Amino acid sequence: MKLTYKHAIGAVVLLFGAAAPWLISGYELSLLGRFLALSILAMGIMLTWGEAGILSLGQGVFFGLGGYALAMHLKLEGLNLANGDMPDFMVWSGVSALPRLWYPFANGFFSLACVVIVPGAFAAMFSWLVFRRRVGGVYFALITQALALAFSTLVISQQAYTGGFNGLTDFSTLFGWDITSLGAARVIYWITLVLVVLAYMFLSWLLSSRFGVMLRATRDGENRVRFLGHDPVPYKVVAFSIAGTLAGIGGALFTLHSGVVSPALVGVVPSIEMVVWVAVGGRNILWGAIAGTLLVNFAKDQISSALPSLWLYGLGALFVLAVSFLPTGIAGLFQPDTAAERVVRRMLTRTKVRTAE
Amino acid sequence: MHESAFLLGQVFNGFSVASLFILAALGLALSFGLMRVINMAHGEMLMLGGYLAYLTLQVVPGPMGIIVAMPVAFLGAAIIGGVLEFAVIHRLSARPLDTLLATWGVSLILQQAARNMFGAIGVEVTAPSWLNHTVSIHSGFLSGLDLPDTRIFILIIAALVLAGIAALLNKTRLGLYVRAVNQDRATAAAMGVNARLIDLAVFSLGTGVAGLAGVILALLGPVTPTVGQSYIVPAFLVVILGGLGSLVGTTIASIIIGLFTALIEIFVDVSVAQVLLLLFVILFIQIRPQGVITVRTRALEG
Amino acid sequence: MNATPAPILMMEHVTVDFDGFKALTDVSLSLSPCALRVLIGPNGAGKSTLCDTIIGRVRPSSGKITFKDEVITDLAEQEIVRRGICRKFQTPGVLPTLSVMENLLVSARKNRSFFRTFTTKVPAEERESAESILEKIGLTDRRDVIAADLAHGEKQWLEIGMVVATDADLLLLDEPTAGMGPQDTQRTAELILSLLGRHAVLVIDHDMSFVEALNGYVTVLHQGQILKEGSVAEIRADPEVTAVYLGRSDDDDAAAA
Repeated sequence: MKLTYKHAIGAVVLLFGAAAPWLISGYELSLLGRFLALSILAMGIMLTWGEAGILSLGQGVFFGLGGYALAMHLKLEGLNLANGDMPDFMVWSGVSALPRLWYPFANGFFSLACVVIVPGAFAAMFSWLVFRRRVGGVYFALITQALALAFSTLVISQQAYTGGFNGLTDFSTLFGWDITSLGAARVIYWITLVLVVLAYMFLSWLLSSRFGVMLRATRDGENRVRFLGHDPVPYKVVAFSIAGTLAGIGGALFTLHSGVVSPALVGVVPSIEMVVWVAVGGRNILWGAIAGTLLVNFAKDQISSALPSLWLYGLGALFVLAVSFLPTGIAGLFQPDTAAERVVRRMLTRTKVRTAE
Repeated sequence: MHESAFLLGQVFNGFSVASLFILAALGLALSFGLMRVINMAHGEMLMLGGYLAYLTLQVVPGPMGIIVAMPVAFLGAAIIGGVLEFAVIHRLSARPLDTLLATWGVSLILQQAARNMFGAIGVEVTAPSWLNHTVSIHSGFLSGLDLPDTRIFILIIAALVLAGIAALLNKTRLGLYVRAVNQDRATAAAMGVNARLIDLAVFSLGTGVAGLAGVILALLGPVTPTVGQSYIVPAFLVVILGGLGSLVGTTIASIIIGLFTALIEIFVDVSVAQVLLLLFVILFIQIRPQGVITVRTRALEG
Repeated sequence: MNATPAPILMMEHVTVDFDGFKALTDVSLSLSPCALRVLIGPNGAGKSTLCDTIIGRVRPSSGKITFKDEVITDLAEQEIVRRGICRKFQTPGVLPTLSVMENLLVSARKNRSFFRTFTTKVPAEERESAESILEKIGLTDRRDVIAADLAHGEKQWLEIGMVVATDADLLLLDEPTAGMGPQDTQRTAELILSLLGRHAVLVIDHDMSFVEALNGYVTVLHQGQILKEGSVAEIRADPEVTAVYLGRSDDDDAAAA
């Protein structure tokens, strides 16, 4: 592999990332850790939306599945189940015995496996049911939004099993390790950073593989691909499933960082907000997804605490402006003549075709 | 109360919910048929209609207020819709997914504007006295069946709007142009139809109908900045089930979803009903992926 | 007819109905392996619909299509392609954000299972075949250009190249010379003739000079029905065909095109 200035920039960024615990305050570190966890999810959106043309307005669901899978274990760890112990909120809700569904989550390894497997498997099943009938595009976006709504209302209403609106919070240990200490915060941050790098490397490879080419081909012309003898469905399903898995991992890490998982993060509004991170960062460039996530979320943190109503106007404007005037996102400004630019060019040619009609 | 009366009451409920879905989804479906784009700020047109009804009643109190409010809400929402089409949607017309996101941004802005102007709590619109009655049946096997006037009113309005739009599409020159652009934009344009203007007109008409629906929503409950959101997701599902831009399809799909929601809620609570509705839609797609009304054309999709 | 080899494709009494409009009525057609067939007819005669029906984009309301002794009428599109039929569309169906080479490599995949795509390596055989086609269609120095940036004629060739790259036994080429100048048209004719040893080719066109350059067996389609079949000279001389071509204005075809 030839080393270029890009590798140098990457190395410097990584170095700063790894050294962050000594460079920034504990509060800032916890924010950075959370936002990096979110950027794992954002890379999945880049894969599906940018490269496969599949817009999901329900990524919060997969994020939530990962987050809850881990949180359920965190609530159970340290409890003596044989003794009839139950998580605090269940006691308050008057639940008489721990629901069956909760039992296996007493095992940490089962829980971690669920974090990875459940969101990915659910995403695969869900998208297969829709894509196999050749329902896609706008329809798929609307169906995923309905999914986000259904999932969040369900979680809120099943208070006794899910902690309802408040979600699951107040964790203390994971595998006997105190996760509330300052040292633990650092370790969790580094774990997140490593996973961001791994996800980045995996997706870079995937997008350069023949799978990546097939995915882009499917985005460009699903019918053309079909009439070349390929079935586009598995490519779309696998891409969506990978995005679901990444969202789940992001959700679990976010839960570790913030010490809470709640429906506030999984519903319609947060799900669609996730897309704007990628829109701002750049939907066709992997590092753009990460940069966009960090940028939008730090901006949100700054603005929304000072002027909450201004933030909503800003977020709304961000949607309109990013999509209308900066379709390749910020990353597109740095990397002209790449895949991102191709897409824009394609959009423009399409617009021309349409006006020529 | 007789079981049959209860069941019939739910069916009636289902139809009145369906009429709201029709009014909310009609504009979405018409524009989707023409331009293949979905306006995520459509729910805010309902909200706008609701607030316009509230404001109208401040100016024109009394029994006729609600009658005045309807054209006001229609026009107000149609104008805002026209501006939205012109300023945002038209610019993105070849990019349906981007349109989805941009109009969602618009919807956030409109919600926040409503919050700043009217507060987050919401405002009440009192139904006029002539809508305050309930048709009750006290004897026979339907005894105990209550049919509130407001719900009957909704049914009538939805039927009138449907009839009006159907007449517009089938009997007028504008309707002829709409159908022409719907079938084949290129040929219609070649024959001298101003497709651009048709897009704008239909979009405004659709948002106007949503504004009208907002007036009715205001009769049923408080108008809040997010009132549109609770109706818009089912309206989207109606569009999916209805088939491309078909009036009949939208109507049937609205009735299916309205009845499904009303009847399922007999057995399960609202949140589970939400999940079952989604499951139902996904099952439906397995059988009829192109919606209740399938048009066989040679138009190439994707 | 008895002396000719068994047909590679047979359409028997195929009718296509678009909500009451009969695009094809009782069409029967058979194509021989490795041979050329030219399909002509005025706009709206149903030529493209006929192609659509063969590859499964449009399903016939009655009739049967047999390919290499297998009934393919109800197979999924990609399955029909995998049996060995590939089609070039009227408006170029290239993949716009992929490079010319990527377009060809997507088409040239021998094993179309998606499991095989989790690799960055392209089998040598596929790469060689893509390279040779690249040369054949004259786009060697354009290999890394994004397909959206190609000139219209280049897109036409690229799509012909993609269809050839699938190595299908039957190639359907829908108006391969649309929008080309006379020189390019001549080159396209040569390209098509060079394919015949290996593939059966069905060409749709209405440029008579191109049809003459191809000099294949001609089928004339008119109002969804087969009007005549014969050599170019026979078709030229046929008074009925002449009447159909001259007697119809182009306007009333636009709706069906």
